[in-house]
Amino acid sequence: MSERETDSGDTAPGDEAAEGEEFAGGTSGYVVGLGLAALLTAAAFAMVNLPLVWRPAIPMALVVLAIAQMGIHLVFFLHVTTGPDNTNNVLALAFGTLVVLLLIGGSVWILAHLDHNMMPMGRQMHGFP
Amino acid sequence: MLGKLSWSAIPFSQPIPLIAAGGVGLALLAVLGWITVKGHWPYLWKEWITSVDHKRIGVMYVLLGLVMLLRGFVDAIMMRTQQASAIGHAQGYLPPEHYDQIFSAHGTIMIFFGAMPVVIGLMNFVVPLQLGVRDVAFPTLNSTSFWLTASGALLVNMSLVIGEFARTGWLPYAPLSETTYSPGVGVDYYVWAIQISGVGTLMSGINLVTTILKLRAPGMGYLRMPMFCWTALGANMLIVAAFPILTATLAMLTLDRYLGFHFFTNEAGGNMMMFVNLIWAWGHPEVYILILPAFGIFSEIFSTFSSKPLFGYRSMVAATLFIVVVSFTVWLHHFFTMGAGADVNAAFGIATSIIAVGTGVKIYNWLFTMYGGRLRFPTPMLWSLAFMTTFVIGGMTGVLLAVPPADFMLHNSMFLVAHFHNVINSGVIFGAFAGITYWFPKAFGFRLDEFWGKMAFWLTLAGFLIVFGALYVLGLEGMTRRLQHIDFTEWAPWLYVSVAGVGVMILGVASQIIQIVVSIRNRDQLRDDTGDPWDGRSLEWATSSPPPAFNFAVLPRVHGEEPYWTIKRQAIESQGLADEPEYEAIEMPRDSATGVVTAFFATLIGFAMIWSIWWLAALGFVGAYATFVVFAWRDEEEKEIPAEEVARIDRARRAARRKWLEENREQPA
Repeated sequence: MSERETDSGDTAPGDEAAEGEEFAGGTSGYVVGLGLAALLTAAAFAMVNLPLVWRPAIPMALVVLAIAQMGIHLVFFLHVTTGPDNTNNVLALAFGTLVVLLLIGGSVWILAHLDHNMMPMGRQMHGFP
Repeated sequence: MLGKLSWSAIPFSQPIPLIAAGGVGLALLAVLGWITVKGHWPYLWKEWITSVDHKRIGVMYVLLGLVMLLRGFVDAIMMRTQQASAIGHAQGYLPPEHYDQIFSAHGTIMIFFGAMPVVIGLMNFVVPLQLGVRDVAFPTLNSTSFWLTASGALLVNMSLVIGEFARTGWLPYAPLSETTYSPGVGVDYYVWAIQISGVGTLMSGINLVTTILKLRAPGMGYLRMPMFCWTALGANMLIVAAFPILTATLAMLTLDRYLGFHFFTNEAGGNMMMFVNLIWAWGHPEVYILILPAFGIFSEIFSTFSSKPLFGYRSMVAATLFIVVVSFTVWLHHFFTMGAGADVNAAFGIATSIIAVGTGVKIYNWLFTMYGGRLRFPTPMLWSLAFMTTFVIGGMTGVLLAVPPADFMLHNSMFLVAHFHNVINSGVIFGAFAGITYWFPKAFGFRLDEFWGKMAFWLTLAGFLIVFGALYVLGLEGMTRRLQHIDFTEWAPWLYVSVAGVGVMILGVASQIIQIVVSIRNRDQLRDDTGDPWDGRSLEWATSSPPPAFNFAVLPRVHGEEPYWTIKRQAIESQGLADEPEYEAIEMPRDSATGVVTAFFATLIGFAMIWSIWWLAALGFVGAYATFVVFAWRDEEEKEIPAEEVARIDRARRAARRKWLEENREQPA
């Protein structure tokens, strides 16, 4: 290797410093991830079937478990971490999330307003069958 | 056994499609016969059809695109002549159901099978060369992408003789495209052709994004990539993000048509406005998928032929990424009139006006790139200059259409038709021709003929201005789009003007064909030995023309922007090339028939689904899956090019460079 250009934060493939042990990498990483994912799934079922949680709070608890599940998948299976070599993955995830939010939010907003120019009577008829 | 397919599917009663298809069929048979007689099949199969070389695939993409652009142009000629010959009492020569198929096929073919393959082909060819690498990230996937696109194109052309094409316009709006109103196979042809080629496009997008992010020459950081690579990255990110929307929307339409679902129907809770909403959520990013690579081409050309680095490189990168994000926030401007109130319309109208800022930044950067440069005006530069002047007009009519109250007047008028043809023609088509002329010597080792190139340029430009100038006027006079018959004789003069413009454009297209024939005939005079015919600045000009299969004998080390320009200045100043590197054997991916075989089975699936031949569809699916399994179990992935072979090829390139250096010794450094 000849002299290395030092342009920190703007490295090209092959120019990174020798990689250390990747977080959650290798077979053990996948096994831990699988274990955690299975645990969270089991917890969701247990929550519904066992009287551990106050009943009305169950939906919120399920949401929490689901978000945790997403986190496990991102870290252990998709290898999205905050490491410096992971900028691409994080940016791709951010871009994808942005597009999905724009698409879903925009569609809901647009379709909710499509009858805006109709006579008010149309809406009343839906309200009072 | 054969589903809905029977002899009645062949339109014996309609002479126009039969004669057209007969002519195309004869020409095809003649070409195939010529190949067989000359014994070119083994060469074609080994070197092109099964090739996984990104350069070969790129050339095939462009070739497919050009052929389909010609087909789409024939549709355009028929539409213009029909309108000019059906004014008042005259009825023209196309019955309504045939005319509707023609305008639908024109849009579908021009966007999906003309513009997209040319643009993707140029990216395929150029991006790995500019990045200084040997191939794209997934070479066999690349070949599969191309053949799937070709498969879709084949299905669209089949509809000319077997059955019919959609009569719904290039985007099959529901509920018109539902079985209630379109019971024939036309919409099915559309859906399966687009779905199959759409899968190819999506895979191609993933491939190029991965290539740009992960495979660059050592030292080539993001902000050292040529502008074309940046716009290609933007366009492919849009492909990856937007094409799934198209696939999902058409899949829902397919479920409606085949299995009685009610996503977009009138009754049973369906919502046809959702179709319009979703299809444009893909459709607007699609516009930028086409135009961003064209912006990249113009950036390369303005910089090269001004003999200056690109002005405002970083602002250009920022403008590109700005367009990538904002292109997902403007789609409602395609249906301002669908019923939303002022708040929704205003939000999207403002977003639409804002996205023009990104393009404005680029226009000024190109102007300042030329300012103070040593300008040269070969054909690619002429296309680029024509782009800049005419695209600004199209952009301004676009900003006008972005104002919702104005759009209520102009929606679905010929003014709109003129606007989007104005921007697509001067942006994508001029960009494609500029790019093809610019990189042709790189692909084939000789330049295109300048005289016929300029002839084609001036005729196409003149024809384009006459045709769409007239359509702008017609739109302002109140003419709506897609009319098969014209009741108002007052419009006649402008319709005649636009037909005259089409005549000029035909001469332009003929000049393009003559240009290619003349260039091939005179290839020895037009030969370029150095690999750098335009005094270029980026890495694709560092290798020979045509480049060897491995592109670069030794991967270049990049120390700044415009790496090749640096290498060249050093060579001129020191009056000698860099020392000969130590050549090593190079591993290249093996050629594979996976792509073409998969596409063959995909064509079977598409055709069988269109005609409800279920057993054939199942067979096609099994075949395609088996092909994948065979590929996945391959033993040998790569072939080795020995070091002596690499050295022999690279020494020839160095000899040509040295000769050039000696001949240009007097030139001031």
